[in-house]
Amino acid sequence: MIRFLSIRLLRAVVTVLAVMTFAFVVLRMSGDPAQVLLGPDVPQNVIDDFRAAWGLDRPLAQQYLSYLGQIVSGDFGISMRDRSPAFELVMERLPATLQLTVPALLLQLCIGIPAGIYAALHRDSLIDRGVILLAVAGFTIPSFVLGLVLVLIFAVTFSMLPSGGFGSVWHGILPTITISIGGIGILARFSRSAMIEVMGQPYIRTASAKGVSWRHVISRHALPNAAVPIVTIVGFMVGSLVAGAVVTETIFSWPGIGRLLIVSVSNRDLAVVQCILLMIAAVMVVSNLIVDLLYGWLDPRLRTQPAH
Amino acid sequence: MTKLVEIRDLRVAFDGVPVLHGIDLDVAPGEALGLVGESGCGKSVTWLAALGLLPEKARVSGSVVLEHRTLSNAPRSELEQVRGGRIAMIFQDPSSALNPVIRIGRQICEALRLHRGLSGKPAQAEALRLMDMVGIPDPRRRFNLYPHEFSGGQCQRLMIAMALAGEPDLLIADEPTTALDATIQAQILDLLATLRRETGMATVFISHDLGAVAQVCERVCVMYAGRIVEAGPVAQLFEAPRHPYTRGLFDAIPRMDGPRTRLIPIDGTVPDPRALPAGCAFAPRCARAQVFCRTERPELLPQTDGRLLACAYPVPTAPAVPQRERVSQ
Repeated sequence: MIRFLSIRLLRAVVTVLAVMTFAFVVLRMSGDPAQVLLGPDVPQNVIDDFRAAWGLDRPLAQQYLSYLGQIVSGDFGISMRDRSPAFELVMERLPATLQLTVPALLLQLCIGIPAGIYAALHRDSLIDRGVILLAVAGFTIPSFVLGLVLVLIFAVTFSMLPSGGFGSVWHGILPTITISIGGIGILARFSRSAMIEVMGQPYIRTASAKGVSWRHVISRHALPNAAVPIVTIVGFMVGSLVAGAVVTETIFSWPGIGRLLIVSVSNRDLAVVQCILLMIAAVMVVSNLIVDLLYGWLDPRLRTQPAH
Repeated sequence: MTKLVEIRDLRVAFDGVPVLHGIDLDVAPGEALGLVGESGCGKSVTWLAALGLLPEKARVSGSVVLEHRTLSNAPRSELEQVRGGRIAMIFQDPSSALNPVIRIGRQICEALRLHRGLSGKPAQAEALRLMDMVGIPDPRRRFNLYPHEFSGGQCQRLMIAMALAGEPDLLIADEPTTALDATIQAQILDLLATLRRETGMATVFISHDLGAVAQVCERVCVMYAGRIVEAGPVAQLFEAPRHPYTRGLFDAIPRMDGPRTRLIPIDGTVPDPRALPAGCAFAPRCARAQVFCRTERPELLPQTDGRLLACAYPVPTAPAVPQRERVSQ
């Protein structure tokens, strides 16, 4: 178990490091923050002073090493634009993003999984076909299209909900739906196929043959087995929710991390972008790590394998 | 003869394709009955249908009566009481027939709770007794293990323990030894025979292994393409098989005694249930078939020696010499 964990942990660290490095290099290759922040008509000596002040005049390798050193000591740098710590800026925006992603995740779990399981248990029925159709539609519509269509229907045509902004529960409804639809579709499809697979297993017939009621065959014998593949997908989805927030927050002018990222990238605000990317990578890595741990808890065969 | 289970004209069709064409079968209390035939002949389907365990798309008709209690079309709750409680079933591949994520002790206790109302300590004590009875060494230590921590043979023992938990009157063993090593097969067959002696429960032994059937059964039904073609006491069928298909099955078993002889396989393959021959289903593979066999289907009729037989031109009883050629040394 310890061996299993340390391998996973090492892999997680390597992943985060790779993301950090990639972000660092690409950001510095793709444009000069001094030019972007100070404007085009600034004298050369002002630009040079700016570069020297932010350490941008040093060789890339040297910048990279001192960046790593900062991260290790818990310093995520200073925003070139606000001159306040990047980490604080990100943390300020975090609650807004959580207000979208947490309800979205709950929606995905509460609608996607039951819909998929119901469809699997009523295979080839009208409801099953309906679920498949909606699921495919759900995960094939890009969120920027869906977001705009929702705005057009509920904000523009019927004036039922605000088209953007932040402040009340009503403001959150359309963006939450926009973020969650794709995941609901994926989860419904996945839960359905996982459940169909499990229901065809010999141990389900055994349970019926020993007189277990149909309800308990489903809840006690089938669901715990179907949970393993479903949890995998949920793990991936947590990561993609944060990524999905970038597009959705932009459409709905939602003041979360996603919009901060867009603004910071266009400003070449290096520290902020790096801090956000690091956080997104960390969320993905941690959710995958949790999935790995859940596997062992859900499936005893994986738990004891290393011992044999 | 008092009957424990009486099956009359049991028919099953999947997607409109009939796979069971009217089975009549009785099981007496405490009897050991063998059901023999090639894969797909309907041996397992007969009992899965009787217990209502077939998928919903299967069309089942006919009647199944368990001691005055009609099981066909019975409500689900009544069937659930019968399953495991009166009629228990064990299956072919024991390793995948046990739920991989539930501890073995809990799986046995579940059956005890359902059929004998036991829970907590008494259930655990009884589960340990059952595990000991089917030959699981050190059951106390292994009570909390998962199925993958047992070997295939032990899994089948655990399946048997779970089947015995409801103290059934009938145990259906559906090819219980097919997936196991030869030595383990013999142990499981011994165990089944012993348990039947000790508990007095009837056993239906479904198999394509005639040797195994001979070891545990008193009476045998030979099935072919969804029908019973010959039925009678084990000794009678073994000494003088009358249906050419039964005969063919015996000729295909290697013999331990006598000179080395070449095995005679049955030519051809089992007919597709979607395109059964007009007459006797075995006629296309039968060396004794006549014109009649290809157009008319012989009924399963009682014979003077007590067996049931569905053949118009059965193998003559007299010559007991095997129709085999000597293998040239």
